Amino acid sequence: MRMLINVPESVVSDALRGVAAAHPDLTVDVENRVVVRRDAPVADKVGLVSGGGSGHEPLHGGFVGLGMLDAACPGEVFTSPVPDQMARAAAAVDSGNGVLFVVKNYTGDVLNFDMAAELAEDEGIRIAKVLVNDDVAVTDSLYTAGRRGTGATLFVEKLAGAVAQEGAPLERVEAVARQVNESSRSFGVALSACTTPAKGGPTFDLPPGELELGIGIHGEPGRERRPMMTSAEIADFAVHAVLDDLNPTAPVLALVNGMGATPLLELYGFAAEVHRVLRERRVPVARTLVGNYVTSLDMAGCSVTLCQADEDLLRLWDAPVRTPALRWGI
Amino acid sequence: MRDADFFCRWLLAAAASIEREADRLTELDSAIGDADHGVNMRRGFAAVAEALRSGPPDTPGAVLVLAGRQLISRVGGASGPLYGTLLRAAGKALGEAAEVSDEAVREALAAGVAAVGRLGGAVPGDKTMLDALTPAVAALGEGYGAARAAAQEGALATVPLRARKGRASYLGARSVGHRDPGATSSALLVAALAEVAGACVSPGDDPRTPSPDKQVARGDRTDIAE
Repeated sequence: MRMLINVPESVVSDALRGVAAAHPDLTVDVENRVVVRRDAPVADKVGLVSGGGSGHEPLHGGFVGLGMLDAACPGEVFTSPVPDQMARAAAAVDSGNGVLFVVKNYTGDVLNFDMAAELAEDEGIRIAKVLVNDDVAVTDSLYTAGRRGTGATLFVEKLAGAVAQEGAPLERVEAVARQVNESSRSFGVALSACTTPAKGGPTFDLPPGELELGIGIHGEPGRERRPMMTSAEIADFAVHAVLDDLNPTAPVLALVNGMGATPLLELYGFAAEVHRVLRERRVPVARTLVGNYVTSLDMAGCSVTLCQADEDLLRLWDAPVRTPALRWGI
Repeated sequence: MRDADFFCRWLLAAAASIEREADRLTELDSAIGDADHGVNMRRGFAAVAEALRSGPPDTPGAVLVLAGRQLISRVGGASGPLYGTLLRAAGKALGEAAEVSDEAVREALAAGVAAVGRLGGAVPGDKTMLDALTPAVAALGEGYGAARAAAQEGALATVPLRARKGRASYLGARSVGHRDPGATSSALLVAALAEVAGACVSPGDDPRTPSPDKQVARGDRTDIAE
């Protein structure tokens, strides 16, 4: 596999140097691996810190900026960051109003953020945590590490980020983040495996002519493998899986997300099919976002995330945001 | 009695062993995880080795706490906090004594393993590092060689298990038939401990890691090849 890298060991630092070069709105500590909005700490504002393994870009560093995250901590590829990073980030963004950690539900992320919270609290910083676990493909949470955090992370970071930007206190920001997670469900599909720089080859075998339904964002297998399906058939499967679990009673925000290697041409065709299924199920769509936002390196495939949104969440969705990967209203 | 130097030699031997086996650990992790266990453990134990070489602490407890902190700060993933906690909790249990008995070592490692269980919420049989560590600690009363054998057997016994914790758990039934990478690296740590304690070694041992006093053993399974 040919990759646009120097050596596997430096892919994360190299990318961070690029982020620093391209985005003067951000302060990038390449050595300690923390990306912070340049104007942090913002006075009287709750800080939002997230992080996770690299390889899911633009998540999370691409979501640092006004109206979203105050800091992001990238780990090695598909490896959660270490507690020192999140503790450093919390110290950098805390204005005295406390910090919310947005944590995707993976064993490593949970353990490292827990340890980071202890370190930060020892420094006198108030910390709240919200766990994102939106992936409906995981059905037997009793015998697994539980539902994984995937596309809903974007909704949590945008909506909680917006309410924090309005000056809401930590309890309110945490409550919004929790509400968004509880109102969101996702389902992902892989059309190919992904390639980690360290391995240089596919991380799992997916025979030609087959697809994997219900993957996580590291290509963890899901519910089943099937012969290749059309975009319409995949949308039927994915949207039904999400709706059967979510049962929305209000309009939804829809994220039609690419896993990294699927062209926007295909993704928009898929978005049309997602809308068709939602029409058939009589679920109104309030807003739709199409693009590569929560990715899995060079994996081909897509995921659908729906978030049931009341008027308050819709207002927060439309609120101004200025980050490398999402910007509107400014 | 075991002094700080003994624990330094243990962790340096462990670092050397992780370095040798890193590619195999990554390969095991590729089957049921995300293909980085060897890379992450190598980075962590290289940091441990560097810290111990540049400033070896005076007491056994301080050696383990320092090593645990290095792992937590350098490894990431689930392995960093879990292995870091194993060593930190064991180190704290050893207190500030300059020398500790083998009985104290056993109790400290038992405390470390218990802390890992509390942190990760796993129990033996979940296809995790506990499947090697728990039997190893139980066997430690019979000596370091027995602990090594128990850890190896425990790691091998993860092959038919279905993972219930960590990323491999998402594979469900498809995790069956693969050896757990965490149990395998745990067995390497226990083997390194037996090596520096001079425990007898079986003929099946890796020839690249000759034991200081190689003796004919009682058929312990110490190889990690499947």
